[in-house]
Amino acid sequence: MAHEHKLEIFRGLVKFKSNISKIWGVFAFLCAVTAVEVVLGIIKPESLTGSRILAMKTLNWIFIILTLVKAYYITWDFMHMRDELKSLRRAVVWTAVFLICYLILILLLEGGYIFDVYKDNYIKFNF
Amino acid sequence: MEATVAKTGTEGKKWGGGSRPLNASYGKLMMWFFIVSDALTFSGFIASYGFSRFKFIDAWPIADQVFTHVPFLHGVPAPMYYVAFMTLVLIFSSVTMVLAVDAGHKMKQSKVAWYMFFTIIGGAIFVGSQAWEWATFIKGDFGAIETKGGKILQFLNKDGERVAIADFTKHIPSERTLHEKKNGIWYAEEPVTPTTFTYEEVKTSFLADENLLIRTQYLDEHGHPTVLSREESVAKLVNDGKLVVEGANLIRNEYGHPLFANFFFFITGFHGFHVFSGVIINIIIFFNVILGTYERRKSYEMVEKVGLYWHFVDLVWVFVFTFFYLV
Repeated sequence: MAHEHKLEIFRGLVKFKSNISKIWGVFAFLCAVTAVEVVLGIIKPESLTGSRILAMKTLNWIFIILTLVKAYYITWDFMHMRDELKSLRRAVVWTAVFLICYLILILLLEGGYIFDVYKDNYIKFNF
Repeated sequence: MEATVAKTGTEGKKWGGGSRPLNASYGKLMMWFFIVSDALTFSGFIASYGFSRFKFIDAWPIADQVFTHVPFLHGVPAPMYYVAFMTLVLIFSSVTMVLAVDAGHKMKQSKVAWYMFFTIIGGAIFVGSQAWEWATFIKGDFGAIETKGGKILQFLNKDGERVAIADFTKHIPSERTLHEKKNGIWYAEEPVTPTTFTYEEVKTSFLADENLLIRTQYLDEHGHPTVLSREESVAKLVNDGKLVVEGANLIRNEYGHPLFANFFFFITGFHGFHVFSGVIINIIIFFNVILGTYERRKSYEMVEKVGLYWHFVDLVWVFVFTFFYLV
């Protein structure tokens, strides 16, 4: 069975010579991203925790975006999603992404609502 | 076979059967579908964690005040480092896994076996680290007081450093009397699990030491837990205190809201169970590789399939890491 691997990542910016060197390249990239996350998580710069974009702390946006970047490269290069047909890719990714976004939206809205009920209404948790 | 299968008139067409429209074998496709459904289970867990967190957004424990331990560095607060190490171990075992898959494509038996072996070791290190993390979390370190309303009060000194209950509390000599049948209802039990110190002992010692303050689990506008003044601390402890909490379990949690402990146990436990079963499956495949099963089959696709599962476990950890330890 012949196995064709697409060897360029970052939209063709980096092209590896073999699949093995691509694996190590992606590993280095994932380590770098994790290192950035950990350093930011330890320092927690005031400028990023104090400011908010769309009601969420800038730092949390950075964490979540970096996580999605890592998830992309794990799925695309380690799980070889990059080499699969577009139809398989969409069947797996779109289904999961749609359902997960929907679930998160509902639960977080509801959680925020219940917080407001506890805070502003007659039920008190101040003892 | 020919005689039993009705002709459909679609033979040779893309969806006519016998071909692979998605260009992936049945087994790989089913593994992908399993992964999608498992991803939904995990996102259900993580989203409900988010739900509970949003519900108690002003009183949720801060992860890097909870997970501050590194093995062999007792008493040195080192938030994040150990989880970062665990993350790297898991990512690295993913790398050896994908190298095994690559070697499998090239039909190199011994290379596949070695890479599988390293993957198994990485998985075992990860599960072991998680067990250690659980043990540390369950044991607790500073201890706290739970109020009548189920809230947690922690102790600080005037410099704002955490103080362990054991460091300032003195035992008050007392005798635990044996509850005998003749004294009352024979099936009565002690109401709570005995802790090292009782609430009365902590209260007495706290009142005696002017240096101690109380920190509540409510966060101020900067996201730090609120520290009470000495007078407020005394009033809070005397009026609202109820019992001593040491460590964390499914009912009480010295770090803050009990739901935090519950979700920690369920999410990392469910993930750890996946890692554990992944290690078992990897071991089975490892032996199959050594025995030459896939050489005879002339295909290492099984390695590819368990590889997909293993990467998925890594993928989930990336999210658990973010939502439990970072955000």
